[in-house]
Amino acid sequence: MPFKWFGKVSFVPYTKVSQFADELKEGRLVGSRCLSCGHVSFPPRADCIECLSPDFEWVEYSGKCILHTFTIIHAAPTGFDDIAPYIIGIVDLPEGGRLLGWMRGIEKEEIEIGMPLKVVPRMFEEIPEIKVYYTLEKRE
Amino acid sequence: MKVGIVGIGHGKFGRRSDATVQELAFEAFRLAMEDTGNLDRKDIDATIIGSVPEYHKQRSLPGVVAEYLGMNDQPTWLTEAACASSSAAIRSAYMAIRSGMHEVVAVLGVQKMTELETPELLALMGRVGDVQWESIFGTTFPGYYAFYANRHMHEFGTTHEQMLKVAVKNHHYGAMNEKAMFRKEITIEKALAAAPVADPFTVFDCCANADGAACLILASEEKAKKLHDTPIWLEGLGCASAAMSLLRRPDLVSIPSAKAASEQAFKQASVSPKDIAVADVHDCFTIAEILAYEDIGFCKKGKGGKFIDEEQSYIGGSNPINIDGGLKAKGHPVGATGASQTYEIVTQLRGDAGKRQVDGADVGLTHNVGGIGQYTFVHIYKR
Repeated sequence: MPFKWFGKVSFVPYTKVSQFADELKEGRLVGSRCLSCGHVSFPPRADCIECLSPDFEWVEYSGKCILHTFTIIHAAPTGFDDIAPYIIGIVDLPEGGRLLGWMRGIEKEEIEIGMPLKVVPRMFEEIPEIKVYYTLEKRE
Repeated sequence: MKVGIVGIGHGKFGRRSDATVQELAFEAFRLAMEDTGNLDRKDIDATIIGSVPEYHKQRSLPGVVAEYLGMNDQPTWLTEAACASSSAAIRSAYMAIRSGMHEVVAVLGVQKMTELETPELLALMGRVGDVQWESIFGTTFPGYYAFYANRHMHEFGTTHEQMLKVAVKNHHYGAMNEKAMFRKEITIEKALAAAPVADPFTVFDCCANADGAACLILASEEKAKKLHDTPIWLEGLGCASAAMSLLRRPDLVSIPSAKAASEQAFKQASVSPKDIAVADVHDCFTIAEILAYEDIGFCKKGKGGKFIDEEQSYIGGSNPINIDGGLKAKGHPVGATGASQTYEIVTQLRGDAGKRQVDGADVGLTHNVGGIGQYTFVHIYKR
């Protein structure tokens, strides 16, 4: 269950929440729920920010979300120059928490803060090793 | 017991391919010693370096700097709080002096950034967000502040033109500051037409990576009165932190650490925002200065755009801000910036700012934000 599966460029090979990458590969978006106090977190965390419990379970998210803010990156960092310009959105998740990811299939003129979107689990087809990520796409 | 600043030194900021990091530190230190006048190196009890180590090939900077300044074998150490590293050093110096452990402490903010190529720098700086959930999508430092900018525009109707008015002001004053990296006035039309960086920002919304150093000599009340005829007193200190990740912040139209740090500093110094005659705030991006107006309390939340429209942050306005050109025109050698802001406020409170002088300035403030708001230090000075 390598977490380095997650992302075009990975900076975090190991984590206690590495199963997130396996779930995403199977098409599921998951957050964490504390087994002690029930606090739900996205991004998931192994250790509860509310009660300090180290015990958690996975909870499936619907993928429904609302655009909170965004930007279009023109000056890209190392490892991303080949895909610039790209749009990054931050969305609010109704189950709790926020998520940051690329917006896909949406023109700059169409972007409106507050618009409904969905989180779509994806794999990079053009990269030989397994690499999973997600995109933010239009929701009717 | 009060703590006073008795010496200040500021090197030239910019692309300094002529000097190593310890040579930059030396320039600022020598000027601070000259400014203090009646002080021998052996009477400096400790030297605290404010710097971000990731930019340098040389490891463990305090070692090489203390040696180059001839300051062995006094104690030296590093404070790191991203772009607020030298304000963290000032806070450490204040604590060291107030505790009675040291009487005279040198704070040296120094950074050399331009040895790295731009995409490498963008990658390094982008990793000041959460690397596990954010950097994997190619986030950048300007990108993070662009998230604030777009949300601020959405909630309060702030415009990109209002943001660029901040850049126009800071270049206006920066043109008069011989230490600044950019000494040219700009126009909104030129700024709007410039290369895009991260929507809505063009290059003119962004401060520049730079090399440089600034140095301050702090002393106990008793020592300060002996060393200088106009010590500038550090009378309010605020410091707070906020979530590393924007995904875990309460809102994206303010910097919570800046609000908390400001309240602490105002309380300790027994003053309010209207009393601040001159301030240096952390304008790493144009929206950052607008957030600062609101978070410090110079205006209400959401009214930062109007504040710059009305030119309240110019000399003659309610609170003159970044009269040295700010990070925008001076350049932003991250570890040096907090000390550089303090250099300007001390200069203003002494009445030595020349044609940029705010007449009768008696209370000044620095607001230094680390990273994308993870740390903020607010300091209030009186003459």
